[in-house]
Amino acid sequence: MSEGTIKKFMYVNRKPPYGTVYALESLEVVLIGAAFDQDVSLAFIGDGVYQITKGQSTSDIGMKNFSPTYNALGDYDITKLYVEQESLTERGLSVDDLMDIVYEDEDDDWAEKPSIRVVSRAELADVIAGQDILLNF
Amino acid sequence: MATISVGGKDIEVDEEGYLVNLGDWTEEAASFLAGQDELELTDSHWEIINFLREYYDEYQIAPAVRVLTKAVGKRMGKDKGNSKYLYELFPYGPGKQACRFAGLPKPTGCI
Repeated sequence: MSEGTIKKFMYVNRKPPYGTVYALESLEVVLIGAAFDQDVSLAFIGDGVYQITKGQSTSDIGMKNFSPTYNALGDYDITKLYVEQESLTERGLSVDDLMDIVYEDEDDDWAEKPSIRVVSRAELADVIAGQDILLNF
Repeated sequence: MATISVGGKDIEVDEEGYLVNLGDWTEEAASFLAGQDELELTDSHWEIINFLREYYDEYQIAPAVRVLTKAVGKRMGKDKGNSKYLYELFPYGPGKQACRFAGLPKPTGCI
């Protein structure tokens, strides 16, 4: 898949991880779409920030805890996870409540680098404005 | 639902032959599934199967084949982390076939 232009794809995640299937569906589309070698990023807005919080437990709701899968995103060359600061603050959360999602930089001797980028609402608006394709979940 | 019979126990498989329940997996089941594809599992096969099971345990997904190839290369060296080596072991595709033997679902992102 070498020919063709690389487009900027952003998956915008707005829903909590459980209760609806949006979060899991989004993650699966991201992983499947990663095969197409596009410039992919993810955004977590509103209750979507709960998707990547630490210490999720689903044992009482009878659903699979798929949060460990976010740690595999780096293997799929997805290294840009934008999190809106205001959404964290409004929920009494900080970056310390989020999983330490990292990727290994092939061009830097496989050094581990953080994938999560906490940005302000205004900064995120700019990032979104620069995308070619937005997929809302 | 189809089943396979391994060691006196019936194990459910889906229409493509993947185990329905990860917990049903045994080494004997892996050998049985390999036998269906006329393959005999060697230490080299087991190394990849065990790697896949560890990957699933950590990330809750079966990796796509290119992700598997890269990860094997990092863990076991470039002489194993390449398509030629992995396809020689698993001629029907290291993602799809090795995941099936490992009792995992079909790889996410395998198209």
